[in-house]
Amino acid sequence: MITLTDIHKSFGSTPVLQGATLTAQRGENLAIIGGSGSGKSVLLKCILGLETPDSGSIAVDGVPLTAKTRPTFLNDFGMLFQSAALFDSLPLWQNVAFRLLHSGMPQPKARDIALRKLARVGLGPETADRYPGELSGGMQKRAGLARAIATDPSVIFFDEPTTGLDPIRARTINALIRDIVAEAGATTITITHDMSTVRTTADRVALLHEGQIAWHGAVADMDAAQSPQLKHFMMGPVDAIGTDMR
Amino acid sequence: MIRLLAALGAATLRMLAALGRVTLFAGDALSHIARPPIYWRAFGSALLQIGFFSLPVVGLTALFTGGALALQIYAGGARFEAEAVVPQIVAIGMVRELGPVLVGLMVAARVTSSIAAELATMKVTEQIDALITLSTDPMKYLTTPRVVAASLVVPLLVAVGDVIGILGGTLVATLRLGFNTASYLQNTVDFLTALDIASSLTKGAVFGFIAALMGCYYGLSSSRGAAGVGVATKSSVVAASVLILAANFVLTEAFFSA
Ligand SMILES: Nc1ncnc2c1ncn2[C@@H]1O[C@H](COP(=O)(O)OP(=O)(O)O)[C@@H](O)[C@H]1O
Ligand SMILES: [Mg+2]
Repeated sequence: MITLTDIHKSFGSTPVLQGATLTAQRGENLAIIGGSGSGKSVLLKCILGLETPDSGSIAVDGVPLTAKTRPTFLNDFGMLFQSAALFDSLPLWQNVAFRLLHSGMPQPKARDIALRKLARVGLGPETADRYPGELSGGMQKRAGLARAIATDPSVIFFDEPTTGLDPIRARTINALIRDIVAEAGATTITITHDMSTVRTTADRVALLHEGQIAWHGAVADMDAAQSPQLKHFMMGPVDAIGTDMR
Repeated sequence: MIRLLAALGAATLRMLAALGRVTLFAGDALSHIARPPIYWRAFGSALLQIGFFSLPVVGLTALFTGGALALQIYAGGARFEAEAVVPQIVAIGMVRELGPVLVGLMVAARVTSSIAAELATMKVTEQIDALITLSTDPMKYLTTPRVVAASLVVPLLVAVGDVIGILGGTLVATLRLGFNTASYLQNTVDFLTALDIASSLTKGAVFGFIAALMGCYYGLSSSRGAAGVGVATKSSVVAASVLILAANFVLTEAFFSA
């Protein structure tokens, strides 16, 4: 269970998070939605320790996340980044097996697992020795997904999994995420402004608006919800461009 | 007048703050040397990138400079009938001063810029964030191997530069100025002391350290966006070059008194 309580974060004089409070239960697939620039990525970065909140607390299974406890959390964690964030200098299989290799697993065994994970996301063995720069955006996303699940983590974060993909590839990635997460029974937090991602992959939704959670509830209850912010978000031409790389 | 003083004061404070940050960064990088895990593969690849692949540019720079130096010293020496000092002055000029400085600046141009661009790109494309979520310390994985490798391998580059520079001088002196090759080289070898060579290699180690450190520092602290990569690259080369020249003066002064 991941709990964020009253998180505040400003950059200079610009407030981004203004008292965000949120819980993701074990085994739950939570989507955080919100317009571009609403602070979704900043919220995730606060959990990961990449940004430090000005105030508020974050806990995993009741244990506050600090510089001391975070490594334990990260050891059982995987993340698919918005831009895939594959390491340019490493072939695909070493990207996928990065954590395995760095924890001392022998190369042949790590490669074996990497090939299996690549196959799971639909990338054949012929891609294993290619470098990220030689792959299309969709293939990079798949490889990023393979890296995120390489150690079968129990917590996975997805940052805008469909950004930069055309609708068909987006649908494939959404379905892939849904199936993989279901197989693993992992707890996931997905941040997105793509409603099809929400409907395919999440069971609960939280809407981030002006630094706070303006609405949260089951995906099934979303359409009937009375929250004006949620209605506005679901109807409006939100982020028609949808390719910001923040 | 007050405004000018205030601006000067603010600029000084900013510079001191930056120096403080760089010092902390350097301390952090060095603190990882002995703490496992040690990334040998990253270290080996840094040795190759910084050392081996810099050889051509270092060789060419030293060769031309050594040759030009011999001509200048001959011309200068001729004004008070001291043409014979060419081998000695070329040797001391190359080994104590030009070898290390030229190699340092070439490494700043070639290595600092490429490290800064690479790490800044990694930052912009979230690869640094990805490293952290994969339980890998970017400082330990990216900075320490490069800084240590540069500190070890740039002295070797300087030694190569010194030798090639002296050979460049020898070539020009014998082919163009009528010196005898054997006695030119003999004069050079007899003249150079252990302290000259120690000074050369020490400078190389310090310059290598500065070059890699500035590349990593500016790369890892670059701001987001493609523009951030350009700014980081430019700033890193400027900072490394200025710091190398400043350190050169300090080290020259130290060896001068020694
Ligand atoms: N490191 C940073 N420095 C300054 N401002 C930032 C930084 N990171 C994010 N921001 C700002 O915070 C706001 C929220 O950003 P982000 O969380 O990336 O939005 P999104 O919801 O699209 O993921 C944006 O206005 C962004 O410009
Ligand atoms: Mg974002």
